[in-house]
Amino acid sequence: MSTQSRRRFLAAGLRSAGVLALSGIACESMRPQTGFLGLMEGVNERFQRALFDPTRLAPELPEEEESDPEDFPAYKIGREFPVAPAGWALQVRGLVARQLTLSLQDLQELPRTRTRVRHHCVEGWSAVASWDGVRLSEVAHLAGLDPRARYVEFRSFEPGYYSTWDLESALHPQTILAYATGGEPLQVERGAPLRLYSAVKLGYKMVKYLSEVSFLPVRTGGYWEDRGYEWFAGV
Amino acid sequence: METRRSRPAQPWIIRVTHWANVVLFAIMAGSGLRILAAYPLLGPRGQDYDWYPLQGVTAPAALTVGGWLAGARHWHFAFGWLFVLNALVYGTYLFASGEWRRRLFFPRRDARNAWETVLHDLRIRKQPPEPVGLYNGMQRLTYTGVLAVAPLLVLSGLAMYKPVQLPRLTALLGGYDVARAIHLIALELLALFTIVHVVEVILHPRTLADMTAGGHARPEPGP
Repeated sequence: MSTQSRRRFLAAGLRSAGVLALSGIACESMRPQTGFLGLMEGVNERFQRALFDPTRLAPELPEEEESDPEDFPAYKIGREFPVAPAGWALQVRGLVARQLTLSLQDLQELPRTRTRVRHHCVEGWSAVASWDGVRLSEVAHLAGLDPRARYVEFRSFEPGYYSTWDLESALHPQTILAYATGGEPLQVERGAPLRLYSAVKLGYKMVKYLSEVSFLPVRTGGYWEDRGYEWFAGV
Repeated sequence: METRRSRPAQPWIIRVTHWANVVLFAIMAGSGLRILAAYPLLGPRGQDYDWYPLQGVTAPAALTVGGWLAGARHWHFAFGWLFVLNALVYGTYLFASGEWRRRLFFPRRDARNAWETVLHDLRIRKQPPEPVGLYNGMQRLTYTGVLAVAPLLVLSGLAMYKPVQLPRLTALLGGYDVARAIHLIALELLALFTIVHVVEVILHPRTLADMTAGGHARPEPGP
């Protein structure tokens, strides 16, 4: 190698090392899952997983603490709230012994759980409502969960709307597939006919308009997560 | 006593952690204010705290960090660790070195001097208070107040971050929404302190030189 080409090689090497080091420490607000901010999201996920106790329950609140439904906002990702397709049923897929197709009636015949906990929104507000449904752990048990499953993906019939959870949070006793709120069947803005509800995650992780639950060995993303919101988002 | 006297006005660990804290506190405050902008009301939904006078007030974008909610949250939870780590280095040094003796407020030693300093600064009292060591009683009271508020800022932040996984801390602070109010009010108190602090530094530029270069040792009068 000539002196000149060696010098060029060295310069190129230094330059790429510099770029690598800089991208490793960069803080880009519009791409918060890269660089130093992304690295620290990983640290925070480990911190949150270490704090997570699968048997710890969020306090169940008395009825008087319920917020006025008017004060409990409902967000949508599209222009209109989506309407369930005719003949809707929930598909349970992935690392399970038995794939299931559950109609709303099938779900309502499974053990019913009511949870009334404080809801924490990523924006900072909190509100309270009661939610009725079936524990996801119950459905996982029914389908015969494979021990290789580490993550759960929740998909919606609203195109592009989905999220993935760590298995531990998904199987928490206060994580339910909810079909009613305030004792009434879900209205369309609350996620009819079926939505995810949980005491252990921020609101944006609770996918509405559910169509499919898949138990997976790897994680995928999510509608909000792919846009830059934290993936773990436990509370 | 000889070793203590040879220590500069601002030992290097205090200088380094002070200037690191300037940067880290600015990032934490700026990103926190950007997060607040997503929902600038205190109190649960539908039960806004009517005792809080600044309901709905948001900071100008130029004072915020992170650009948008998810960006600001990433900044806040990334730099929160460095902020706490830096504070722990400072706190450990403060106590291990004995520096706390000339920096913290002890009512018996400092209350009279603090009061006289206030009266003198307000031109009510002509005679200046007895000169003391590095800090006068009022400075000691203020810096001690900051050191009391800062842990509250961190603990209320943790309670908001993990209200379900840290149930005792959250309950101790009065619940999620009260913790959120404590977090913001603690920030407002520290912001108020920062403004007064910067004005005082402008009036007494030697303190800026001390905090940067260390300054000379100053003898401390006995208790």
